[in-house]
This record gives sequence, structure tokens and C-alpha cells, in this order.
Amino acid sequence: MTPVEWAIVALALLGAFFGAVAAIGIVRMPDIYTRAHAASKSDTLGAVLTIAAVALALESNLSTVKSVFLIVFMFITNPTAAHAIARAAQEQGIEPWTKEGDG
Amino acid sequence: MVEFSTALLAIAAAFVLFAVVALYRVFVGPTIHDRVIAVNVAGTNTVIAIALVAAAFEESTFLDVALVYALLNFLLSIAFSKFNVEHGGVL
Repeated sequence: MTPVEWAIVALALLGAFFGAVAAIGIVRMPDIYTRAHAASKSDTLGAVLTIAAVALALESNLSTVKSVFLIVFMFITNPTAAHAIARAAQEQGIEPWTKEGDG
Repeated sequence: MVEFSTALLAIAAAFVLFAVVALYRVFVGPTIHDRVIAVNVAGTNTVIAIALVAAAFEESTFLDVALVYALLNFLLSIAFSKFNVEHGGVL
């Protein structure tokens, strides 16, 4: 593999690490707000890193532009969706998890 | 060149595995919001897997599929959070 291909695989592996962090956080965190935190932050960073790797790998101009669109779109919409869901949970009166309340 | 596309496909398979792990929270999540967050994460991982497959097969048209899927994923989360607040506890 060429150095550029090594860089692409390294970026994608770093993104996969953050995807794993998001999956573990979704399963292991105690309540909806901490799960939304894990999902929005780690999954957004993993998506942006991995699609940056895709933008490096696809060499034509148009597909690089499409990848950059996808990166910008992910960067805006993923935290917005998590914020909207956490706000809906808060408006329905779901209490945040505390150490005293839940052992 | 062969081993490069194999590495990209392996990372795409890892993202599919993370999406399946997030589906655990869809099954057992105590509130409906946990389920929606987990579906959102699974959809994001699907978008990443489609983009990686596009890079591995050098098929740039797959990126259009990924863009549309990301759009639908965002629309699902926003529409669901609005719907669930206005008509609380329907689902």
C-alpha cells in the first residue's frame, strides 16, 4: 500500500474507534441524557473522520465534493437531532440520573 | 490495491457491527427516547458503512445513497421528537 492509502486506513480506523466508543456508550450509560451525550459527540466525530477518509480515497473531484457535503451535513444534523430528542425527553418530565437516586 | 479495499470493507463491517450493538438499546431501552437515540446511531453507522463501501468499490454514485440516507435519518429524529412532545406518549 502507498503512504496515502496508509493515511486513509489510519483515518478510517480512528473513526471506527470513535464509533465503538459511541456503541459502548449507548449500551452502558445509565439514562437518556448521558446516552444522547455519547451518541452525539463520539458518533459525530467518528462519522466525520471516516468520511474524511472516504473523501481522500475517492479521487475524482465530484465525489470529493459530495463527501465534503456529507461531512458538513453530519456535523450540523447529528448534534441537532440528539438535542431535539433530549429536549423532548426533558419536556416530558424525565428526570436526569443522579448517584443518590439510582444507587 | 486488493488489500486496501479489503481493509476499507473490514472497517465498514465493523461499523455494521456497532449498528447491531446499538440495536440492543432499541430492544431494551426503558423510554421511547432511548430507542430513538439508538436508531439514530444505527442510521449514522449505516451511512458511514455505505460511504466506506463506495470508497472500497470506487463507486462514487453510492455517495448519493449515503446523502439521502443521512437526510432521512435526520428527518426521522426531528419529526419523531416533535410528534412525541405534541401528542405525548402515543407510541
